[in-house]
Amino acid sequence: MNKVRSLETTYLFCLKVLSGIIPVLGNKRPFIWFMVTSEKALKKPLFGCQMCGQCILHSTGMVCPMGCPKTLRNGPCGGVRNDGSCEIKPNMKCVWVRAWNNSHQMAVFYESIQEIQPQLDHSLSGTSAWINELGTKNDS
Amino acid sequence: MTPKPVSDLARRLEQGLFTVTAEVTLPDSIEKNALVESAKMLEPYCDAINIPDSTGAVPHFSNIAAAAILIENDMEPIIQFSCRDRNRIAVQADVIGAHAIGIRNIFCVTGDGVQTGDHPEAKPVFDLDSVTLLTTINHLKTRGKFLSGRELDAKPNLYLGAAVNPFVPPFEERALRVLKKHKAGASFFQTQYCFDIERFKSFLDRLLGLTKGTPPPLLVGVGPLKSARFARWLRENVPGVAVPDYVIEKIEKYPRKEQQKAGVEACIEIVDAVKALTGVAGIHVMAYKWESSVPEIVEATGLSKPERDN
Repeated sequence: MNKVRSLETTYLFCLKVLSGIIPVLGNKRPFIWFMVTSEKALKKPLFGCQMCGQCILHSTGMVCPMGCPKTLRNGPCGGVRNDGSCEIKPNMKCVWVRAWNNSHQMAVFYESIQEIQPQLDHSLSGTSAWINELGTKNDS
Repeated sequence: MTPKPVSDLARRLEQGLFTVTAEVTLPDSIEKNALVESAKMLEPYCDAINIPDSTGAVPHFSNIAAAAILIENDMEPIIQFSCRDRNRIAVQADVIGAHAIGIRNIFCVTGDGVQTGDHPEAKPVFDLDSVTLLTTINHLKTRGKFLSGRELDAKPNLYLGAAVNPFVPPFEERALRVLKKHKAGASFFQTQYCFDIERFKSFLDRLLGLTKGTPPPLLVGVGPLKSARFARWLRENVPGVAVPDYVIEKIEKYPRKEQQKAGVEACIEIVDAVKALTGVAGIHVMAYKWESSVPEIVEATGLSKPERDN
């Protein structure tokens, strides 16, 4: 199984497990601390996570859109270079070129890249994306 | 009864009339005259005039002020809004203020990175992206409310546009991007400079396929190259402009003095090739600092105002 597929499977596994846990523990302070710490520890090395608190990795081919220098969350800008590199950082491949290519390798979420993502809520920066996604937001 | 079109641009595109828009180069002037002069050169040949938003991340004349001056002079502006300099608070404030001045056509783009321009040390905003910029303005337009839910006294009448660049990767994604932006609220589209007709045709085919032959109005971006040197500069310094080698070589064959003419001719050829394609609603001429070339391009392609409405 390739890397993108494995990450997608891991995401689905976490989704299943955490859907059971977060509604119960999502407002308990030690659990919130545990989630924030483990998200930082795992997603930072894996995806360059910036803890925006609104993870959409499964909709973007498991490539973090916050790695885009313009932090675009709805697809590439019109400035991508001909070789697929970034307008702002020529030595970096465009995040959205990678996301687009990877999204085709996904088994479940291959079309999610076409969904419109809402504007980022900057007040959630530094919080647990899983709790924001699966818990009731007022609880935290 | 169908509602009255919100602008002349909207009326033309909704009626399926071939439309010509052009971009004015904003001056670094503290008076109105320079802008009015440039815009008046374009006005007899186009239906609406694009006003860029400090394009290339270089500060120029304010886009809203420029639009107000155009309206004062009986010209219809298409005002560009980029995500580079305004957060969602400034965007919403500017949109309703612009509406009060009489601005109706708003063109939403991501915007160039600040590193492109002459103030690379500036803080880039990008609070929104081009799609959420559209959804934000469309929220004002359709609900008459700010994003926070606070109500306006009425719904603004706006005609929203968006950009598409079929000439840079990921190529297969670009047509889908039109659909996404259309869903987000864009009623019309203008493309980046088109120099590669084959690439454009394959994009258009895909778009026609995805929309069952009825794409939203699409204006093809065209522009004359002043010289082979300018073409290289454009390719290397303006993000997203793809000028194929064969286009540059074609102009380079001529001595320096004749390259201007060759550049205009190459532009005319491109307009002739795209204007009759199914799915093309018009052209958008970007003659950077060279507004005087627009009359020739429009007339030589049979697109002058009386001709194109016949």
